[in-house]
Amino acid sequence: MWEHFHHQADIGVRGIGATAAEAFAEGAYALMAVICSPDKVKPIESVEIRCEAPELDLLFADWLNELIYEIDTRGMLFSKFDVEIEGEELRARAWGELADANRHDFAVMVKAATYMELKTSHDNDGRYFAQCVVDV
Amino acid sequence: MDRKLVKRRSEYTWQIERTGLMHVDGTIFASADLIAGMDDMVAQQVRNVASLPGIVAGSYAMPDAHWGYGFCIGGVAAFDPEAGGVVSAGGVGFDISCGVRTMHTGVKAQEIHSIREQIAEAMFRKIPAGVGSTGRIKLTPNGLDEVLQGGAQWAVEYGYGDKEDLRFIESQGKIAGAKPSEVSDHAKGRQLNQMGTLGSGNHYLEVQEVVEIYDTAAAKAFGIEVGDIKISIHCGSRGLGHQIGTDFLKKMTTSAKSYGLDLPERELACAPIQSAVGQSYLGAMRCGINCALANRQILMHLVREALSEILPKASVRLLYDVSHNTCQVEEHEVGKVRKRLFVHRKGATRAWGPEREGIPLEYKRVGQPVLIGGTMGTASYILVGTEASERLAFGSSCHGAGRAMSRKAATKKWHGKQITNQLAEQGVLIRTKSLRGVAEEAPLAYKDVSEVVEVSHQAGLATKVAKLVPLICIKG
Repeated sequence: MWEHFHHQADIGVRGIGATAAEAFAEGAYALMAVICSPDKVKPIESVEIRCEAPELDLLFADWLNELIYEIDTRGMLFSKFDVEIEGEELRARAWGELADANRHDFAVMVKAATYMELKTSHDNDGRYFAQCVVDV
Repeated sequence: MDRKLVKRRSEYTWQIERTGLMHVDGTIFASADLIAGMDDMVAQQVRNVASLPGIVAGSYAMPDAHWGYGFCIGGVAAFDPEAGGVVSAGGVGFDISCGVRTMHTGVKAQEIHSIREQIAEAMFRKIPAGVGSTGRIKLTPNGLDEVLQGGAQWAVEYGYGDKEDLRFIESQGKIAGAKPSEVSDHAKGRQLNQMGTLGSGNHYLEVQEVVEIYDTAAAKAFGIEVGDIKISIHCGSRGLGHQIGTDFLKKMTTSAKSYGLDLPERELACAPIQSAVGQSYLGAMRCGINCALANRQILMHLVREALSEILPKASVRLLYDVSHNTCQVEEHEVGKVRKRLFVHRKGATRAWGPEREGIPLEYKRVGQPVLIGGTMGTASYILVGTEASERLAFGSSCHGAGRAMSRKAATKKWHGKQITNQLAEQGVLIRTKSLRGVAEEAPLAYKDVSEVVEVSHQAGLATKVAKLVPLICIKG
């Protein structure tokens, strides 16, 4: 599950899942939904992403920033994410296709995942949350 | 904003008294209405900045201030390297050297009335804009290093514009001290295909008509008359600048403790100017500035090409180019002592008064042009810096309208097609690849730029010279 949350100038992205890795994958989908309509992006090609950070919340920001890098340099959009987190390290595969203005309903490119409202947590029901504001 | 957080000192000045960890007072320049509409977090962020080491004179917020990352958007602060002062990635922001470039065209509004559609189409074809757009220039990594050191001067050397353009760019088109070796491969990788692109979001190219002159002497010096057609570009350092911001936010956050810095929020990420991380950031951030200056220079060249195809008599010359997300070394008088300071302006425009070194000769008598972008359906303004502004906030002014509504709320309220149709009825032609982007950027999603400009004028930060309204807008 994912959602956007309010921020006056920009927009917040939040992923929710049964594990931290699932919340990170959902958070990535929320990021894509800022940029385009990810439901229209076919998961036909994949790229591998690895990153590490000393804290889980910093790892979430790094993960989204790595995706932004892949979007910018490959001209791709993504809609499916397989994420594994082990300690300080994240290994993932992002699936998508080349961006197409006619099909993907572009809105705005994201400049960066910021540390504003950056948080990872879990509740008593075992749901994990990962969120931050992204700069557009 | 809760009025208890500030004390009114004059009609347009609100003080946050120095308490706790603050080294200096905070000052917000605003009308009572603008203060009422500001988030409480602006006051908190002004306080946080006031607590950073080596801050000089005050922590300031411009009339368009809103809650930002670390510094508020509209935040201004200067730091003394001799007093342990810091440089902050959060104090510059992710879009390093985002700014506005305004050009003369040598034509009047009535001359383009019948060919507006053609001009809009030509500009839209020529200017790469929007998500995923790439430029015509494909750089090698070595070629990119030359851009990062040469800025707009590099662009002119490679045939994108005239040497004369450079005199009308802040820092003459190139800032010294750029070190490409401090820029990550990721940042460089993001830029290889993005030179000469507009970007998306609130970035735009506008064909504008001058509709009002407020200051005849300054308008004459700047070459502005009622009925003139001007063209303005709002954009920044693209992927390279964004990635430098991202890289150093992390570096500065994780190294803060080693420099004895206890950051009230992570986004206030900073490092002592004299430290290894501080120097590394300055070298990289200056590459970001040069990248933005080169980018806007290339875009101007594309404008020249597009316009010459349709209107051969047009003569595109630069009025001015000024950034509003930077940290620059400047000399200022503090307590009658001339000091070399690192002035951060985040969502704030430099606004130097008359006779200051570095202003183009033609403008020196009146002061530096201050270019304020509006929204698609409203107005933009050209102001001029004042001597008073240098005393008030190191010679700084507002930078734009600032959002009043979130992107999500805007898309719920409007559709892109509806906005473009309404604007066409008002005489504004919109060209875009993203109707959803247009809805998110709807004019009513922004604050009234006129009020922000009026307060800047009344407070003496920069005074009004001319008002321009959009006729054509290429949205990123």
